[in-house]
Amino acid sequence: MNGGDDEDVVVVAASSGDQSPPLQWRFSQVFGERSAGEEVQPVDMISAIEFDHSGDHLATGDRGGRVVLFERSDAKHSSGGRRDLEETDYSVRHPEFCYKTEFQSHDPAFDYLKSLEIEEKINKIRWCQTANGALFLLSTNDKTIKYWKVQDKKIKKICDINADPSGAVGNGIVANGVPEALRLPVVVTSHESSPVAKCRRVYPHAHDYHINSISINSDGETFISADDLRINLWNLEISNQSFNIVDVKPEKMEDLSEVITAAEFHPTHCNMLAYSSSKGSIRLIDLRQSALCDSHSKLFEEPDAAGSKSFFTEIIASVSDIKFAKEGRYLLSRDYMTLKLWDINMDSGPVSTFQVHEYLKPKLCDLYENDSIFDKFECCISGNGLRAATGSYSNLFRVFGVSPGSTETATLEASRNPMRRHVPVPSRPSKLGSILGGSESTAGVDGNSSNALDYTTKLLHLAWHPNENLIACAAGNSLYMYCA
Amino acid sequence: MSMTDEPLYPIAVLIDELKNDDIQLRLNSIRRLSTIARALGEERTRKELIPFLSENNDDDDEVLLAMAEELGVFIPYVGGVEHAHVLLPPLETLSTVEETCVREKAVESLCRVGSQMKESDLVEHFIPLVKRLAAGEWFTARVSACGVFHIAYPSAPDTVKTELRSIYTQLCQDDMPMVRRAAATNLGKFAATIESAHLKTDVMSMFDDLTQDEQDSVRLLAVEGCAALGKLLEPQDCVAHILPVIVNFSQDKSWRVRYMVANQLYELCEAVGPEPTRTELVPAYVRLLRDNEAEVRIAAAGKVTKFCRILNPELAIQHILPCVKELSTDSSQHVRSALASVIMGMAPVLGKDATFEHLLPIFLSLLKDEFPDVRLNIISKLDQVNQVIGIDLLSQSLLPAIVELAEDRHWRVRLAIIEYIPLLASQLGVGFFDDKLGALCMQWLQDKVHSIREAAANNVKRLAEEFGPEWAMQHIVPQVLEMINNPHYLYRMTILRAVSLLAPVMGSEITCSKLLPVVMTAAKDRVPNIKFNVAKVLQSLIPIVDQSVVEKTIRPGLVELSEDPDVDVRFFANQALQSIDNVMMSS
Repeated sequence: MNGGDDEDVVVVAASSGDQSPPLQWRFSQVFGERSAGEEVQPVDMISAIEFDHSGDHLATGDRGGRVVLFERSDAKHSSGGRRDLEETDYSVRHPEFCYKTEFQSHDPAFDYLKSLEIEEKINKIRWCQTANGALFLLSTNDKTIKYWKVQDKKIKKICDINADPSGAVGNGIVANGVPEALRLPVVVTSHESSPVAKCRRVYPHAHDYHINSISINSDGETFISADDLRINLWNLEISNQSFNIVDVKPEKMEDLSEVITAAEFHPTHCNMLAYSSSKGSIRLIDLRQSALCDSHSKLFEEPDAAGSKSFFTEIIASVSDIKFAKEGRYLLSRDYMTLKLWDINMDSGPVSTFQVHEYLKPKLCDLYENDSIFDKFECCISGNGLRAATGSYSNLFRVFGVSPGSTETATLEASRNPMRRHVPVPSRPSKLGSILGGSESTAGVDGNSSNALDYTTKLLHLAWHPNENLIACAAGNSLYMYCA
Repeated sequence: MSMTDEPLYPIAVLIDELKNDDIQLRLNSIRRLSTIARALGEERTRKELIPFLSENNDDDDEVLLAMAEELGVFIPYVGGVEHAHVLLPPLETLSTVEETCVREKAVESLCRVGSQMKESDLVEHFIPLVKRLAAGEWFTARVSACGVFHIAYPSAPDTVKTELRSIYTQLCQDDMPMVRRAAATNLGKFAATIESAHLKTDVMSMFDDLTQDEQDSVRLLAVEGCAALGKLLEPQDCVAHILPVIVNFSQDKSWRVRYMVANQLYELCEAVGPEPTRTELVPAYVRLLRDNEAEVRIAAAGKVTKFCRILNPELAIQHILPCVKELSTDSSQHVRSALASVIMGMAPVLGKDATFEHLLPIFLSLLKDEFPDVRLNIISKLDQVNQVIGIDLLSQSLLPAIVELAEDRHWRVRLAIIEYIPLLASQLGVGFFDDKLGALCMQWLQDKVHSIREAAANNVKRLAEEFGPEWAMQHIVPQVLEMINNPHYLYRMTILRAVSLLAPVMGSEITCSKLLPVVMTAAKDRVPNIKFNVAKVLQSLIPIVDQSVVEKTIRPGLVELSEDPDVDVRFFANQALQSIDNVMMSS
């Protein structure tokens, strides 16, 4: 696992002078790079990526139940070498990460009552409040959430103990009766320290279905976990009890028409949370209203586009991920074909819609047949809320300017040379209703790489650094980072 | 404390094990820290052991928790109160760890140590510690700081007092909600130590900050402070400052906050006095009883009796009772259940007439509730009503419902009724009992659920005790003994159980003439379980019947059983025979 630098600077063309100039993305680092012809072991596939709140740490989870932590290594606060570096090549230092530690978070298990195997795959990782210099995070597989503490521990050696029992007794009986032979162990602390991960709590047996999301509350003491039909509320300190706050399970399972696909707490309002459904709707609920939040306080749905319904309409409407922007006013959602930005004060429709891979529209039938249509792509939004990114097939991911009036778009490939296959063309973000927008950029993609898209190399997981323009994304077992 | 004669070797091992790899051994050593300290002597404990503990605080939580607890009672081992301050450093570090239970224990120990320290030592050592914690880099230290102010404050000089108050004000506005929550939780304790002149100014402004916090979790802890603060303030100040807040809280947007208000409201009534209670708190409480959120109604319903006790009966009848009527038909079973568990207590508050007129219909409807817990809660408190309205009224109106419940589908409900029968019997008297309940008691002996049969057998015994052997001979024994012919062995076993319970109550004569023959017949049963239970019953009869009967009837029966093909039957028969021999020897 080595980070490497590359200086491929690609200029993303911008059509007009916006408030912020388009970003020039370049490759920053890669961890676990695959050598040519090397086969990816399924257990090594990355299944979750998350930056912590400070952006100094990055965690990835994989199908093998491992969590790998990375730490920012560039001297962010030191003044010494920085100036020299700045003078040399480029003026802005971008963050660099190095491997910190890894631990086995989940193991394969077997549910004997239901005769089901429980995969060890990490579905989600969320960072918790740092305390006393130790890192805390929650990780979950399909059924069980775990609370981890990772702390640098100094290596300690104990010497000078009361060692030899016979000697101790012999010396101990001193004339005046003072037992001078009793010595306290002396602990010698070395300067070296190594990170040690310890599981602090396990929150088991609360989900009948597969957990798709966990999210920490801004109050610092509670979190939610969501599965297909229910959302539970936990206190971080109490692992044997959780409260069901949303239950969409119908009385008869035959009546089931909609499942929960993702859930997230509002970043600052401790009483608000949003969850998305397979029917393409996002519901905002207020925990203050009632104990069981079966009724939402706001519903965000795309108004029906009349006439354009097909067999796939409902399938591709399913929301695969939602993310609140930093201050919580905007909400980003991803469905199969598009990325949407919502204003939580406007429930008539999305503020803007971005076509991620419009060129797949004629191929939905193939995608349905090979089950790709059910792939759950994640999305992420930059700390300043100006841009958002989401993944596609062939290890591509796209970055959109989401601020009003921005036309910025970039298509990158998760490789050392992110612009290898494409001539980026700016595209207009299509406002609601106009489905045809954004096709110009895709022409570039299709035109350039005439060979068929690779459905097996899909870029599902990615995360945006909280305060820098840095995107970390997973391509198979490799973690690629790009900065601008 | 001085040297003892304890041998050194075990102590040396104990000390070494403070750093053993095995957590159990470390835990064991920490638990016996006082032994180590005694062996080391006070001076070495102060100079070596305590610093050692301060440095080695990255242990497992269990060990740290034990250490925090031990240090709280460690003053005698460091040389008494004048050296108590040496205990502060290790406790200070422990009060900053991230595990809440360790921190809480450390704070508890800090308070325990601090409350024994001399005033000058508090100023020199404890107050700086409070300030350090409050200025801690991590929230964990600041959370702990909130819990030690009330110890430091009283002995601080005036200037420091001002400083401490302003530090606490800052903690109430901390960035981290955890710290604000701790500040809210501890505000009452701290306020109790503050001079009344500052109460109205500084403390109330802290209180205002907390009650307007954006986080629900902080606001709802502030509610808890309302009652505590209310008691500290003069009634008029309480009315002026606390009352508006609590009334506001009772209409908070968050149901969790209203829930807390519902739980706490009655405590405030005393603090504000009768008039504001009538004009402000009763309407607030009525609103909570009619809250949209079931959880809030549950909390409010659960406090209905406590609230009514504070009010005068007219107010209760006029304002609370209508709500209680509504709650008795609430859509949430949990609300009805909470109401059922306390509503009986309202009877003494309202008096006989009001109870009969208003409460009885509610009792009856709750007794017939479809949810078993509701019914159970009513039944288990029936005696409280009895005292108010008297048995005649009770029996007329409630008995039909009770009879109905005696056949309830849910065995736990039946069980609750059975346990209540002896009490009911003693209050109803023989005549009434025979008519209505006698048959039920027999029926329970043949219940499908073992716990019910077991309870029924016990019930039969208690009835015999209540009404005497003569009555039992007429009304219980024949019916019980008849059932020994039941084709199902489990029911026969219940009868054996009843016999063994009845025998001591009925006395020797009846036992010999009526009970023993039945048992002896059962000894010929084809089921081994019955036979070894016969052996057990016979054993229990030995002390009751005459020696001659033992020799003539019991022993031959047991001897026969002791040759049974079944090993268990032989075992219990032999055991019984042995106890005959023991009785013989001792007499």
